[in-house]
Amino acid sequence: MLFYLFRRIALALSVVTATMIMGFFLFFAGPGDPALNLCGDNKCSAQRVSDIRKSFHLDEPVLRQLGDYALGIVKGREITSGGFTRPCPAPCLGYSFKTDQPVTGILLTKVPVTLSILVGVFILYALIGLPTGVYAANRRGTSVDRLIVGTTQTIGSIPYFIPALLFSLYFTIIHTWVPRGQYTSILDNPVKWASGLLAAWIVLGIYGSTGYTRYARASMVEALAQDYVRTAQSKGISHRRVLFKHGLRAALSPVLTIFGLDLGASFGGAVFTETIFDLHGVGFTAVNALSTSDLPVILGCLIFAAAMIVMMNIVVDFAYGLVDPRVKIA
Amino acid sequence: MTTPTSPIQDTAVLGRSAPVRHSTTSTHLLEVTDLKVQFPTADGLVSAVSGMSYSVDLGKTMAIVGESGSGKSVSSLAVLGLHNPKRTLMSGSIKLDGTEIIGLSEDKLRRLRSNVAAMIFQDPQSALHPFYKVGDQIAEAYSEHHDVSKAKARARAVEMLDRVGIPNPLRRSKQYPHEFSGGMRQRAMIALGLVNDPKLLIADEPTTALDVTVQAQILDLLNDLQKEFGSAIVLITHDLAVVAEVADDVLVMYGGRCVESGTVHEVLAAPRHPYTWGLLSSVPTLGSEGTELHAIRGAPPSLISLPTGCSFHPRCDFASRVPEGLCSSVLPELSPRPGQSEHPIRCHLTTPADIYEDEVASTIG
Repeated sequence: MLFYLFRRIALALSVVTATMIMGFFLFFAGPGDPALNLCGDNKCSAQRVSDIRKSFHLDEPVLRQLGDYALGIVKGREITSGGFTRPCPAPCLGYSFKTDQPVTGILLTKVPVTLSILVGVFILYALIGLPTGVYAANRRGTSVDRLIVGTTQTIGSIPYFIPALLFSLYFTIIHTWVPRGQYTSILDNPVKWASGLLAAWIVLGIYGSTGYTRYARASMVEALAQDYVRTAQSKGISHRRVLFKHGLRAALSPVLTIFGLDLGASFGGAVFTETIFDLHGVGFTAVNALSTSDLPVILGCLIFAAAMIVMMNIVVDFAYGLVDPRVKIA
Repeated sequence: MTTPTSPIQDTAVLGRSAPVRHSTTSTHLLEVTDLKVQFPTADGLVSAVSGMSYSVDLGKTMAIVGESGSGKSVSSLAVLGLHNPKRTLMSGSIKLDGTEIIGLSEDKLRRLRSNVAAMIFQDPQSALHPFYKVGDQIAEAYSEHHDVSKAKARARAVEMLDRVGIPNPLRRSKQYPHEFSGGMRQRAMIALGLVNDPKLLIADEPTTALDVTVQAQILDLLNDLQKEFGSAIVLITHDLAVVAEVADDVLVMYGGRCVESGTVHEVLAAPRHPYTWGLLSSVPTLGSEGTELHAIRGAPPSLISLPTGCSFHPRCDFASRVPEGLCSSVLPELSPRPGQSEHPIRCHLTTPADIYEDEVASTIG
């Protein structure tokens, strides 16, 4: 069990490392140039560009930069730029080219925003998606079922940003029924925290829950067709008990798997939501950094997202062992 | 004489013929009369059972035999009211211990299930819930019908596991189905079926998923338990060797209808219906090496559009013996031949006994 865990963590670390290396090379293979970007206007002299390049060590071989960066994560390093030398303790993700802030510090302020969005949204996924899916499965073939399937498919087929923008326009700008997006730390003011996130929760929660309705329905339909559900029925127990204790219990594990993996992938940020509702989390930061060729920030967000995905993968696998007695973690 | 076959006519036919061991004063434990089960589907109405009558008494074993899709499982699920009423059309009558099952409310059905009639399913691997301990699954059925504590219900489960011959029942009751072997799982399934001491046990192919050696053990167990509990058993199977071993009476089904019924001795030793002949000659026997294994030609009929007349006529080797194309136009009644009142068949052949003795018996091992 412990050995298995170590092996999984080692594997996860290698995946994150590979992601980092690929991100590094892709950045340099791409058209973006941080020096040109920082230089700003068109009147930028060749000398100035070269100076900027030098100050960020962008003139050094890519492999060397990668080596320095990787060592910095493990051991910490000193970063010299523009004549200053600053310590950057491990895990050092460098300083933003653009704002000169340490990337670890940026992540520490942006991750809570993304996390706050995800908490509400995933609770809504569970609260809306699961019951509607189970309900539809129980009424399979009826008009209620068709209504639920049709509605979720319709909502899911609309590109996300359209309802998000419309909601933002009508409910937070024209009518101020829902407060505008604004992030306040939950530690400072829980009420303000929740009200600032409300719009994002509602829109992304309802939109994303449609997928869960369909997963839950499909999984439940499959579970209810199993022989053991018929056995349960033949015991004379109530339909409610057959449905929940025997059907749902079996239907839950595949849904939980998707839930966990989806959660892991979502730490990379909800770009549209964060942009439309003015909640600047990891996704917004990453996209912003891409447009300004801010390499350390791009890599920081990338590594964080990759780490979350592989971590949730491990969590899901271990959760499976808890849910399903046939699965032994070894 | 070309009367179109309609369900109504079918009913009339069944009404006229007196089914086997079928008395008007209902003293049988289970009495099925003219049962019809149909499922409306997108492709059309599936007639899984199109008129079936039989009865079973306490202490007796009735075997229902037939190919896949002959309606044997569907008819037995109907006895427990396990078909979804919204997706099933049922008619006829099923009297279980004096209670009419068809049209009975779900609440009342629930009280009968497991309590008066219980079911053992074909594949215990899939019929037991993989996420719950075997003992708890059995205890759940017991506590549903008995006002007992959890501990008492668990103790009852252990007792049942012991009675079906599972060693170490206490430890076993705390294990999950996947920790059991196939034979042990079927024993656990039987323990689940018998936990409430039901009067009727419906065993739907209880040995099909098991090794041959384990099959015999399970059949012996069912026989022993039947003697002990005195219950009636309806055994659904396609395995004629199983029938010969444990059944008192046999009912052969084809295309959702009974085509022949009688005592085991009558049906197996002196079969009268061409379909039963086909079934019997399809059983491979020792010493028949080198000869081709007999198979009934053709495929089971579509339950959406059953053949006109006798459902078996497109596959029957003897249909040409009946004049005027009667087989393809008129559904034969289920009626006994002279001198064999307890052994009705659904066939137009006038002298099936002679044909059997002269031509068929030699092909059956």
